[in-house]
Formats: sequence, C-alpha cells, structure tokens
Amino acid sequence: MQMPEPDRGAIARREEIAAALRAIVPGEGVIVDEDERRPYESDGLSAYQTLPLLVVLPETVEQVSQVLRYCFENGIKVVPRGAGTSLSGGALPLEDGVLLGLGKFNRILEVDYDNRCARVQPGVTNLAITKAVEADGFYYAPDPSSQIACSIGGNVAENSGGVHCLKYGLTTNNLLGVQIVTIDGEVIEIGGKHLDSEAYDLLGVMTGSEGLLGVVTEVTVRLLRTPETARAVLLGFETSEAAGDCVAKIIGAGIIPGGMEMMDKPAIHAAEDFVRAGYPLDVEALLIVELDGPTQEVDYLIDRVREIADGCGAVSQRVSESEEERLTFWAGRKAAFPAVGRISPDYYCMDGTIPRHQLPKVLTRMNELSSQYGLRVANVFHAGDGNLHPLILYDANNPGELEKAEDFGSDILKLCVEVGGVLTGEHGVGVEKRDLMGTMFSEADLQQQQRLKCAFDPGGLLNPGKVFPTLHRCAELGRMHIHKGQMPFPDIPRF
Amino acid sequence: MTHFTPETPDQVREAVAWAVSEGAPLSVRGAGTKASVGRPINTSHELDLSRLTGITLYEAEELILQAWAGTPMSEIEAALSARNQRLEFEPPNYAALLKSDKGAGTLGGAVAANLAGPRRIKSGAARDHFLGFEAVSGRGEDFKSGGRVVKNVTGYDLCKLMAGSWGTLGVMTRITVKVMPVAEKQRTVLLATDDPETAVRALTEGLNSPYDLSGAAWVPTAIAARSGLSLISGQGSGVAALRLDGPGPSVEYRCEKLRQMLGVHGPTDELHSRNSAGFWREIRDVAPFSASDDLRAVWRLSTAPSEGAALYGSVMALPGAEAFLDWGGGLIWLAVEGAGDAGAEAIRTALQAHGGHATLIRGGADLRAAVEPFQPLKPGVRRLTEKIKQAFDPSGVLNPGRMYDGV
Ligand SMILES: Cc1cc2nc3c(=O)[nH]c(=O)nc-3n(C[C@H](O)[C@H](O)[C@H](O)COP(=O)(O)OP(=O)(O)OC[C@H]3O[C@@H](n4cnc5c(N)ncnc54)[C@H](O)[C@@H]3O)c2cc1C
Repeated sequence: MQMPEPDRGAIARREEIAAALRAIVPGEGVIVDEDERRPYESDGLSAYQTLPLLVVLPETVEQVSQVLRYCFENGIKVVPRGAGTSLSGGALPLEDGVLLGLGKFNRILEVDYDNRCARVQPGVTNLAITKAVEADGFYYAPDPSSQIACSIGGNVAENSGGVHCLKYGLTTNNLLGVQIVTIDGEVIEIGGKHLDSEAYDLLGVMTGSEGLLGVVTEVTVRLLRTPETARAVLLGFETSEAAGDCVAKIIGAGIIPGGMEMMDKPAIHAAEDFVRAGYPLDVEALLIVELDGPTQEVDYLIDRVREIADGCGAVSQRVSESEEERLTFWAGRKAAFPAVGRISPDYYCMDGTIPRHQLPKVLTRMNELSSQYGLRVANVFHAGDGNLHPLILYDANNPGELEKAEDFGSDILKLCVEVGGVLTGEHGVGVEKRDLMGTMFSEADLQQQQRLKCAFDPGGLLNPGKVFPTLHRCAELGRMHIHKGQMPFPDIPRF
Repeated sequence: MTHFTPETPDQVREAVAWAVSEGAPLSVRGAGTKASVGRPINTSHELDLSRLTGITLYEAEELILQAWAGTPMSEIEAALSARNQRLEFEPPNYAALLKSDKGAGTLGGAVAANLAGPRRIKSGAARDHFLGFEAVSGRGEDFKSGGRVVKNVTGYDLCKLMAGSWGTLGVMTRITVKVMPVAEKQRTVLLATDDPETAVRALTEGLNSPYDLSGAAWVPTAIAARSGLSLISGQGSGVAALRLDGPGPSVEYRCEKLRQMLGVHGPTDELHSRNSAGFWREIRDVAPFSASDDLRAVWRLSTAPSEGAALYGSVMALPGAEAFLDWGGGLIWLAVEGAGDAGAEAIRTALQAHGGHATLIRGGADLRAAVEPFQPLKPGVRRLTEKIKQAFDPSGVLNPGRMYDGV
C-alpha cells in the first residue's frame, strides 16, 4: 500500500507541534510517547499499521477547532478517528499526520421524544444511543455488528449499515443534523431537528465522506419507536440458488423484512460451533428472516414467508417462539466474524454489493477463485440488499498468504463490479479499496469527486491517501480546457 | 435564444460544452412544471431535457428502476403500477399548485427538486431513494456517481448533492431509483379538532406509538370544508389525519388501536382505501391552495415537528394567511397575500425561534426577484455552497442564480 510521500519536515518538528497542541489541549490530551501512540497504529483493518506523528484527544469543540486551525496554518495532515473499528483502514494513521481522536466526546446531549431525535457527541457508541432510549420504547435503527464499539461519528463518516437497514435505511437515512468543523477551524451547523436541507444537502454529502471533508463534532439522529414485537424464521436450503430465489420471492411478494441474512455452509458451521444457535448443519444455505411490527402483522407475515419458503424448497424451517430464541437465532449471525476467527488464524472481510439475482453466479465464481488461490472462504450476506461479506481465511504467518488473500479479495470485488454491483456496501473505501476505485469510476468521475473535496479542504490535509488512488492538486483540478468555437453540436435538436 | 432539446446524453454534453465555450448560461429544465420556483434567471438559452426519455432498466424483483432524466413521471408511475410498485417518497404533482399545464413533470425534475410527499416522515424524500446517476457537469464533462444497488458507500455520495440542487451543479441525464411494493392496504384515522396544538399533540402521540404511521397531517376547518372528499368536508371542523399502510390484518389492528388512543382528544373517524388515498393526494399536491383563482403566494416551511403549532400560530397573523400541517407538524404549507414581501421577513424571523427553513414555492417573478425564495444561508454554509458550485460549474452556466445569487 503506497501512501503519500511523508512530509519529513513535519516529522522533524514533532516536539514543536506537540508543544503547540498542548497549549490548546492541556494535560494528557496530547500523546507523543511512542509506546502510548502504539495502540492507535491501526484500526479494524489490522493488516496495516502506521504510528501516527502524534495523537491529540480534545474534549471540546473549541479545542477541535483550534487544533484544526493550527494544522491548517502549519500544513500538517490530520486523520480523524472514532473508535477505530473501520474495516477499510479509514482511520489508519499517517506518520506525518496528527491523529485526532474523538473518544472523549462521549456524551448524549439531549433526547427529544417529541421530535423523535437525540443530539449526541460523535464518540458515543452506536449501541449507547439505543441503550439510552430503549426503556422509553425507542431505538436508533442502523445497527452495525460492531455497534457495542463503533462511534456514531465513525458511523456518519462511513455511512454504516446493519441488519436492519433493509427496512429502515442506512445511517444517511437516519440523520437530521451534524455539526462539523472544517480544516480551517470553522464550526458549521448543518440541519437540525427538521427534515431536509434548505440548500445543497451537506448532511448527505458529509455522510460517508470517510473523514475527508470535515470533523463531525455533534450528530442529531432520528429515533424510532420500538416495534411491538419481532420474530425470526430460520430457513435451510439445499442450494444457495434456492435460498436466493426465496429472498427474491419474499421481496417480490411485497414483504420487506426487518432483516434478511444469508450464511453459506462454512459460515453456518463456524457459527454453530461457536455459539450453538441450533442452526441446521446439513444445508448449503441458511436464511434468517426477521419480521417486526405489531403482533398481528408479524404473525401474518411469518405465515406468508413460510409458505414462500415451502414453495422454494426449504428443507428446514424454525420460527422463534420467544424473544430468547430470536436472539439465539441472531447470536450465530452476529458472531460470524469471531466464529470464523476461531477456525482460521486470520480472516479478511470483504464488503461488495451485487444485484441480488447475480448471487449464484458470484458464489460459483468465488468457489473457483477459492480453489485457484488455495484459500477457503465463508460467506455471510445481507441478502435483502445484496451486500456480500465473504470472509477469506488465511494465515499471516505463512509468507505470501496475506498478499494472496488480498489478491483474492480484489478479484471478488472486481467480480462484484463486473456483475453490476459496487466495491463497498458499508465498510468504506479507505486505503483498502482505494486502488480499485478505477474499476468503478472513470478518471473524470474521480476528479469530480475530488473537486468536492477541494471545496472543503483545498490543501488536502484531511485524511489524505484514503479513498482516491491518485491525488491531484486543487488548482490542477480547477483548470478548465475551453475550446472556443470548436464545439461541434450540429445534431442537437432545438427550436 | 437557443432552445436545445437533446435526445442523447452526448448531445447534452455538447450543449453544455458550447455554453461553457460561449460563456452563455443555460436554463436547465425537464418538463418545466417547476420553472416558476426559485429566483428568476436571465438566460437566453435553454436546455430542455424533455426529449431525453425512456425507462432503460426496470427490475421489479431487485426494486430498482433506471430511466433517462426527461422521462415523464406519468410514464414511470404507469410502469411501476403495472407491477404493483411505487416510488416510496410519494412524489407530489404540483401542476395545479403552480398553474402549469405540463403534467406531473419528469423524473429528473423530481430528483433535482428533492420532492417528498406525506410519507417523508416514514420513508424519506427523493434523496433517500436516489441510487445513482449519470450527468454532465458545468465543465461540460460527463461524470457519474452511485450505482444500481441499494447499499453502496463507494466514494462520496454525490446523489445527495444532486438531489435538491435544482439543476445548478450538473445536468443529470440518467437516474437510478429504488422502488418499493405498494402496501396491501391503507386506512386513515381522523380526529376532529380545530386546535393546531391538540392536533400536533395527537400526531405526536401517533408518531411515537408503535403503530407505524405513513402520514400525519392536520387541516383547519376552512380548508377541510373545501376538500373534494365529503368525509372530510362534512366534518364541520378541522381534521387531524393519521395514515396507516401495510398488510390487511395489521392495518385493521393498528387502526383500531390508534382510534382508542386518540379518542381522548375528541371524536374519531376513519377513511378507507380510495378515500384515504384521495385525502393524501390532496395533502401531497397542496390541493387546498391549488384552485385556479387562488393567486396567493405559497410558502413551504420545514421545522421541528414540536414547533409546528407555535409557528403556525405566528404566521397566521399575516394578511390573507391560511395554512395546514403535514409531517406531524414539521411541514407547514402557508398561503399569504402576494403583496409586499409576501411575509418573507416575518416568516423567517418567526423561524429563527423554531429552527428550520422556508421556501417560496409559488410567487410572481417580481416577488421572487425581490425576496429570497430559498432560505438565506448562514455564512459557513454559504461559503461551502459557493465553493461546491465552483467545483461543479465554475463558469456558472447551469441555472445560475436560481437558488442564490452567485450560485
Ligand atoms: C467486528 C466488526 C463488525 C463490523 N460490522 C459492521 C457492520 O455490520 N456494518 C458496517 O457498516 N460496518 C461494520 N464494521 C465497520 C465499522 O465498525 C464501521 O465502519 C464504523 O462506523 C466505524 O466507526 P468507528 O467509530 O470505529 O470509526 P473509525 O474506525 O475510528 O473511523 C472510520 C472512518 O471515519 C472517520 N471518522 C471517525 N470519526 C470521525 C469524526 N468524528 N469526524 C469525521 N470523521 C470521522 C475516520 O477518519 C475514518 O475514515 C464492523 C467492524 C468490525 C470490527
């Protein structure tokens, strides 16, 4: 992984920069000592590590603003970091860059049920929001599997999803406002407690911008009323085609389940060995379909889903009869990553999205690749929206195997794009998929995206080296090539 | 005056490139149904997308539809309804409101204006269903973003930026949207009340209940009396309306529960399928202010739902004012006399206390030139807005000044 050439000058000035930042964030808030910087050297994509120039942990928005202004004025790079669970290396530090940790912003500022929203600081964990309101019958819908650990600021930056996103949308569909600080230190309020933007949708633009446009210092999320009930059905199939067909028929019947997840045989076995969820072991594909809503609705839809599953040749069916049983059904799926971690020294989690009907083709091709590379793969799949998580099993202690796993991974992602899908459904581009961006976008597409970056961060100081394979100077991107009088447009109809 | 009517994306690019090279700004439009929204712009050339039409991909099982930007909404809705699907953001048809004879507009227009109907509270606006596009930037270059799948975080989400940019950043040529199955059944619970505060309280209780509303509106007595539905006009009072949709047994159950819950506020009633759909069409299309002889200015105010009743109270003091609420109180449709600034200053001052924004949706060209039709921006957002415009349309050839001066 090639990162932008580090600025030796900044590295040489480490102590001086630390002193300047200490004047802004007093006490323990600036970390220079190498051992203390070590815990920050990577995020959830642990194959990559870099020690940051130094770490700063501000506690107030004013401090964030001053830190950014200082870095802006002194040309120092900044990498924002939430909880460091990114699976794409979005929070990977730079050796010449300040790592700006938002961990101390951990307060829920306001819960407003009349407007069904909560105003929280960016370091609050995703789950903590739901925990704060669940006793009153509310919850925050997007539920990444990492929800106990990941921060809401990180969720905004990655536009994170989860099992519930099929019915309730991604992070971007569940926000009302953010406060951001731009690289020059300006604090900007976007949105509020009302819906939709008065002008350009800057809230939508910030969401999923991977820490490249601004630092999120406050988030207003929408809260939803907890459904009266939720029940899950476990459906086993002899082929992944049959399972895929069942998913299509459920949606075709107009049913949008609260969650619809698929696991393949290796994933089922790993999960069952780990948590004993009672999964059938003799099937090739397992679906977990969850229906939520009023009891009447859930019972009615469960019956319809079971009928559809019968029609698609489901060889096993189990409906959760208690809340405990429902949670057991999910326990296996939710623990799929660590479960796979038990059967292999290392695993590499991919995140492409495909049009659902391409699933059989993609799985077949993936099996071929698996034998070609000599690496096993287990699949968990947000089946309802086509988001695949192949887990490639490898052993980093075997020389060359990490590289092999990465090559296998990029082949899978290219395959996703080839069948009409995309490189990443929820984990982000980061450094991991950066160099694959060209398989999905033309140079013109990428340059237009970078011009948006220039509008926020003309010096390219925020999280450089992420998302874009080639960095261009904003002045270069802004240049226009005008061919006056040469524009042929003889065939454009007009009157 | 050149009036381009491209039939291919290449022709769109050539027209924009010409505009760039000549320094000749274009007014960009679909069917032109919303041409009277925003600041009047003085361009002598027009880029008309209404001949760039046709659905290019519709996969009902994948819940996606892709079409050329100029495709009429009527064509899209017909194709969807043949497969019992719909656009979940419930795009309104403002033809009557805006006194246009051009039908329901185009897909490109619906997205560029980020339209949303009463279902906004549950399912979002056009922005939330907009998966991908191809466009020509104001630099005269093709670019695209997004894709044809629902879950996608590859690169910046430029769809969000294009939705609601009113053609000032790029000319979208092709658009991919998410579509959804039509709910099996719908019903609306009515609560007779003339008091906006009671109404908002009832709507809030409904929205905070587990009964999953897909609409929450209130009309005062005078507006209810003009409804085309006798069940509404016959109430002899204002009406709060709460829509439920979903599978049959669920809707029946929730309807009963909701009526029990709201009964404490006054008499309740219910509308079934066709009547329910008819009522929400009136709300969606702003039918109360759409009579051909209604020449008042019309504002659309978005605020925090809990502020709806208070804000309603303050704007009702304006001359000729009449208003109704949608989005559980978070959306106020307001008609006022078009004289002077048509209440612009008063409305925006009132909004300061409550949060949100006000857009002049209907007003004469003089009025639209004299007041800011779009909510004036705070300095930080203003600065970013100008820079984004610069990044996409540096020579200002696409709808210049339609939203804001210099943008
Ligand atoms: C076991 C496991 C399971 C996971 N499951 C899911 C899943 O189901 N769905 C899913 O979508 N993701 C999942 N993830 C990925 C990850 O948890 C999400 O991307 C999460 O949103 C990252 O949040 P974070 O606070 O850890 O951010 P970090 O990893 O710290 O940072 C992520 C990115 O956001 C930026 N950033 C962080 N905070 C801010 C801020 N305040 N302002 C500006 N930029 C900021 C960083 O610069 C970086 O680019 C999983 C990860 C793990 C380890």
